[in-house]
Amino acid sequence: MRDVAVVGIGIMKWGELWEKSFRDIFTEAGLNAIDDAGVDHIDSLLVGCMSGGLFVGQEHIGAIMADYLGQKHIAAGRVESACASGGLAFRQAFIEVASGMSDIVMAGGVEKMTDVSGDGATYALATAADQEYEVFNGVTFPGLYAMMARIYMQKYKVTRRELSAIPFKSHQNGAKNPYAQYPFPIKIEDVENGVLVADPLHILDCSPITDGGAAVILTTVDIAKKLKKPIIKVIGSGLATDTISLHQRDNMIWLKSTELAGKKAYEMAGKKPEDIDLVEVHDCFSIAEALVTEALGFFKPGTGVKAAAEGLTALNGKLPVNTSGGLKSKGHPVGATGIGQVVEIVKQLRGTAENGRQVKKARVGMTQNMGGSGASGVVHIMEVV
Amino acid sequence: MFPARIWREFPQRYRREAAICKKCGKRYFPPRLICAECGGRKFETYVLPDEATVVTFTVIRVAAQQYSDMAPYAIGIVKFDDGLQMMGQIVDCDVDKLKIGMKVRLEFRKVQSHDHHGVLSYAHKFVPKWY
Repeated sequence: MRDVAVVGIGIMKWGELWEKSFRDIFTEAGLNAIDDAGVDHIDSLLVGCMSGGLFVGQEHIGAIMADYLGQKHIAAGRVESACASGGLAFRQAFIEVASGMSDIVMAGGVEKMTDVSGDGATYALATAADQEYEVFNGVTFPGLYAMMARIYMQKYKVTRRELSAIPFKSHQNGAKNPYAQYPFPIKIEDVENGVLVADPLHILDCSPITDGGAAVILTTVDIAKKLKKPIIKVIGSGLATDTISLHQRDNMIWLKSTELAGKKAYEMAGKKPEDIDLVEVHDCFSIAEALVTEALGFFKPGTGVKAAAEGLTALNGKLPVNTSGGLKSKGHPVGATGIGQVVEIVKQLRGTAENGRQVKKARVGMTQNMGGSGASGVVHIMEVV
Repeated sequence: MFPARIWREFPQRYRREAAICKKCGKRYFPPRLICAECGGRKFETYVLPDEATVVTFTVIRVAAQQYSDMAPYAIGIVKFDDGLQMMGQIVDCDVDKLKIGMKVRLEFRKVQSHDHHGVLSYAHKFVPKWY
């Protein structure tokens, strides 16, 4: 395997982008990545997108995006693993460069979610669950995570206010991210005072509906040196799956796919949880962030929410989690989320995070992207060379 | 939903047919072609019991489009005595009084009426036993 580095990152302001189309959103992020890397072409493009078909009626996404990116005729395709589509695109791009199949590969992600109504988006997102035995009964994604939160809070005696610490912290960080959809702080009591979406989850426990794109350029470490860019090496990658139905898991508050993906990534990188300086995790709902930090070995089972409530995951805490603002504040354009996480980690490892959210002495960073109620987990570890 | 898609699930939705792996005894709903535990490919059909226990639940207040006129409604995961779990709506109850550990009865109810092809679909729902 060849050594692989991220040499270019492309992000854009996420939000309700009424004036921008599906293709415009991806192209803007993709061009930013190409410009940042300083390359004149890419050999291959992998686009993570959860549901172009349901959100904008567009499939065949690899070809359309390659063409509009000015890269007509290159190898291009779309990868999908629900909300983990971006993370999967990054992993496939990593494998493509490491294997020697391609030298310069773009891993991108995109979702245009506001061209359908709110219940239309709820329907599209629910396709990440089991259509016949979960969604058929009327469950939604907030509903699935609410059922996880219900078990967790009762089992570990977690209070409503303690859970609110997670979105509170996300907004503290997101307020410092100029690309975030909701770049402002919230009061902790705002969470419990917000409308209920699926008990016990309120609106501010949930990540929003977002239009957005992100892209990164991966190449070999040898080529990266010639480009004279800071070299952020990808040192670990893991992907694992679980039952698609939440109710088919013996332990519904343990994210086995994330645990296993994390183990593979740690092993490949030769790192342990205590070696990680900061992590971007998939906080699609407040409870998810706690479950992920436990599955990745940062906190013991049942202590993830309390760790956040004690400030251990804050910007100046022991392990900064979601310095970007996370899915909650930065936004969650589903297919782009996994790539957005990589963009944040690369910024942090380069030492270029904006507005005072730079983590001091950040050398090793991790991303964790998740599909459905945890049926897919993708973990990557990156290090400054 | 296209009629054939509902018809295909009749054994599970109408008759609650589940499967036991003949090799290791693992239970599945819906049935599968291969056992995820032992790789066994032979199964015996059995019918799910009438009673189960609530393991977790929520109240859906923002629903997907085909259910939006039913919201708010309760939905939960229940466990049978043999350990098998399934999901369904919890109905005929005060949603504020639901609790983990509560016993429910399975009843055959209408689940969807606003499908693309006008076909009604039926399956189990859970009714708390105090009613």
